[in-house]
Amino acid sequence: MANFTKVSRRSLLRGAAAATTALAAPTIFTSKAWAAGYTNEPKGSTVTLGFNVPQTGAYADEGADELRAYQLAVEHINGEGDGGMLNTFSSKALTGAGVNGKKVVFVTGDTQTKSDAARASAKRMIEKDGAVMITGGSSSGVAIAVQGLCQDAGVIFMAGLTHSNDTTGKDKRANGFRHFFNTEMTGAALAPVLKNNFGTERNAYHLTADYTWGWSQEGSIKKYTEQLGWNTAAAVRTPLGAGDFSQYITPVLNSGADTLVLNHYGRDMVNSLTQAVQFGLRDKQVNGKDFAIVVPLYSRLMAQGAGENVKGIFGSTNWHWSLQDEGSKAFVKSFGQKYGFPPSQAAHTTYCQALLYADAAQRAGTFRPSGVGKSLEGFKFDGLGNGPTEYRAEDHQCFKDVLVVKGKENPSSKFDVLEVVEVTPRAQVEYPASLLGGELGPYNDGA
Amino acid sequence: MDAILLQILNGLDKGGAYALIALGLTIIFGTLGVVNFAHGALFMMGAFCAVSIKALFTLEKVVLDPTKLTAWGTPMEIRTPYIESWFGDVGVWMIDYSVPLSILLAIPVMLFIGVAMERGLIRYFYKRPHAEQILVTFGLAIVIQELVKSQFGANPIPQPAPDTAKGMLDFGVMIGFDAGNVVYPAWRLIYFLFSTLVIAGVFAFLQFTTFGMVVRAGMADRETVGLLGIDIDRKFTIVFGLAAVVAGLAGVMYTPILSPDYHMGMDFLVLSFVVVVVGGMGSLGGAVVAGFLLGILQSLASMEEVKQILPGIDQIIIYLIAVVVLLARPRGLMGRKGMMEG
Repeated sequence: MANFTKVSRRSLLRGAAAATTALAAPTIFTSKAWAAGYTNEPKGSTVTLGFNVPQTGAYADEGADELRAYQLAVEHINGEGDGGMLNTFSSKALTGAGVNGKKVVFVTGDTQTKSDAARASAKRMIEKDGAVMITGGSSSGVAIAVQGLCQDAGVIFMAGLTHSNDTTGKDKRANGFRHFFNTEMTGAALAPVLKNNFGTERNAYHLTADYTWGWSQEGSIKKYTEQLGWNTAAAVRTPLGAGDFSQYITPVLNSGADTLVLNHYGRDMVNSLTQAVQFGLRDKQVNGKDFAIVVPLYSRLMAQGAGENVKGIFGSTNWHWSLQDEGSKAFVKSFGQKYGFPPSQAAHTTYCQALLYADAAQRAGTFRPSGVGKSLEGFKFDGLGNGPTEYRAEDHQCFKDVLVVKGKENPSSKFDVLEVVEVTPRAQVEYPASLLGGELGPYNDGA
Repeated sequence: MDAILLQILNGLDKGGAYALIALGLTIIFGTLGVVNFAHGALFMMGAFCAVSIKALFTLEKVVLDPTKLTAWGTPMEIRTPYIESWFGDVGVWMIDYSVPLSILLAIPVMLFIGVAMERGLIRYFYKRPHAEQILVTFGLAIVIQELVKSQFGANPIPQPAPDTAKGMLDFGVMIGFDAGNVVYPAWRLIYFLFSTLVIAGVFAFLQFTTFGMVVRAGMADRETVGLLGIDIDRKFTIVFGLAAVVAGLAGVMYTPILSPDYHMGMDFLVLSFVVVVVGGMGSLGGAVVAGFLLGILQSLASMEEVKQILPGIDQIIIYLIAVVVLLARPRGLMGRKGMMEG
C-alpha cells in the first residue's frame, strides 16, 4: 500500500504509454495501411477509382456527362470499346490491359455542388470503397474543398471542371492536378479577339457572380482588357442564383457603357444573358458603337439553355466537339456512338484526367501518390484534343491551347450552338507559376 | 429619375409574380388553414406546362440522310416539326406563340393537380399542427422537383416570347418622358398587365359570384357555413385547385423572363412567404400590395447608389422590411385579427 502511494505521476504516464504501445503493436505491424505504405494500395486484381460528380443539383446534367465520360475512359483503359483517345494519345504506356496489371473499377459519389457534400462523398469513397484516386466536379469551390481532403487523406485528386485561378494558385496542393484551363488563361486568350472585334476604346460594365470563381474571372478580364486600353465603367457583384437580373441590367442601359461582361456560369449565365438580350443590349448602339456582350466562360450545355440569345456572343472554352484534330475526332466518335450525342467540355476534361492518371500510374509502376504525381509533373503529351500539352511541375496546371468561341448564327442542330473563332496558342496564355501564389507543399502518400 | 422609373418597372413585373404566388398561398391558408410549402412547386409546374406545350408543338419528324454523317459517324438526322408540315404557316405561328397558348393547357392541368393534391394528401393534414403541414408539403415539393428533373433534366430550358413581343417598348414616351429614356422589354410589361388581370379576376370571382361568397363566408366562419348545410369541404377543394391555377398561370407567363428549370419554384417560395407575412396572414389584398411593394423595394435596393450607402442591402431588403413591418404591425400590413393567433 505504501509502495503504491509512491508511484509518481511521471512513472504512471510512462507505464501507461508503454502499455498502450505494447497493446497497439500487433495492430500497427499487421495493419493493411502500414504494410501497404500508402493509402488504399490495391492488393487484389482490381484498382478502384472514385468519380465524384454532381448527380443532383443545378449542375446535374454536366455531372451526368462527366460520368458518361469516366465510364467510357474505364472501358478504354480496360481494353473494351474502340479505344477512343487511347489510340491517338502520344504516350503508349497503356495497352488496354488495365493499369499495372489490375483491372480498373470505379465507385461514384454525388457532390451536389456543395463543398460539404462533396467532401463527405469523397471521404466515403476513400475510407469505405478504397478509392486510390478521386476525380470530377463542376465547381471551383467544390474542387478546392475536395483537393484539400485528398491531400490530407493521401490520395491523388484529378480536378474536373474548375476554372478559378485558386485551384492551381493560392489553394494548390501537391496531390492535386488540373487539366481544365483557368480565368487567367481566359483573359489572355479573349483579350486579343475582343481587340480585333471591338477595338481598344471600350467602356465595360461587369456583372459578377459573388463567389471565388466570379471574382477570379472579373479580375482576369479587367486586367487584360484594361491593358488593351478599355475602361471599366463598373463592376457590380450579383448574388449567386439571383434568378431575375433585371435590377442589375437596367443600370447598364443608361450608364454610358458599350460592353457588358457577364462573369456568370451555369443558371446565372443563362438567366443574365437571356435577360440582357431581352433588354435590347445586343442590338443597342452606344456612342456610335454596337453594344457588345461577352461571356468569358462558355459551356455548350449551358449555351443550349440560353438558346438563340448566345448568337454572336464571344467567350472561351476548354474544348469543343467540332475540333478536327485526330484526338477530338476519336473521342467524339467513341462518345457519340455510345450515347448518341457529342460530349461536352466537362466530359472531355474528365475523360482526359482519367486517362492521364492511368497512364501516369502505369509509367510510374505504382499507384503511390508521390510516384504518380512525379510521373505527371512536367509530363508532355499530345493527341488528347488540345494539341501539345504539358502538366507543369511547379503548379500541377496543364498548359495548352485555349479556344475562343462565339455563339453560332445558324446552328445546324441543338448541339451546334458554338463556333470556334480562334485557337489561342499555349505560349500566349502561359504565365509564371509564381503569379497566382500558393505552395504545393510535399506529397502525402497517406497511411 | 429614369433609373428609378426603370427599377420601379422591374419591381412591378417581379412583384406581379410574387403577388400571384402569394395570393394563392393566402387563399389556401385563409380557407383551409394549411401552410402550403408546395406552392412554389405549383408555380414551377405551370412553367413546365409551357415547356411541355413547346415540346409537343416541336415534335419532329426525323428522316435519316445517309449522304451526310454526324461527327460520330451516324447518318445525319433531318428534323421537321410535324405541326409545321401539317399546318404550314399556322404551325409556325403556333410554335411562336407556344407560351401564351400554354395557358389553355395550364388551366385544366393545374386545376387537376391542385384538386388531386388536396384530395390525395393535404386534406389528411387539416387538423395537424402547422409544423407537420410544412414538413409534408415541403417533402411533396421536393418529390415534384425531382420528378420534373428526371423528366426534363437540370438545365434551364429556354422559352422565347412570341416574336411580336420580343422587342422593347418606349414606355417613357407614354408618360411624358423624352424618347429613348425609359425603354422596357415588351414582354415584361405584358407580364405585369397579365398579373393584374389575373388578380382582378380572382377578386371578382370571390366578390361577385355565389361560390365566392360562400368561400368568403367559409374563410370568416367555417363552422357556421357548415351548419347551414353547405358542403364547404368540396368548395375548399375547388379553391385549392383555383390557387394552383393562379400559381400555374404565373409560372407559364414567366418563362420568357426566366428560363424554367426544376428549382425555380423554390427560388420564389421563400420570398412569397415573406410577402404573405408582410401583407398579413389571410389577407388577399395584403398579399397583392406586399407582392408589388417588396418587388419594387428589392429592385430599388439593387441600385449602385443605394448599395454604396448600404452595401449588401439588395440581398437582405426583403427580410429587413419583414422585420420592420412585423415590429410595427405584428399582423402584417392588412392582417386580420384572429388569424394565426391562438
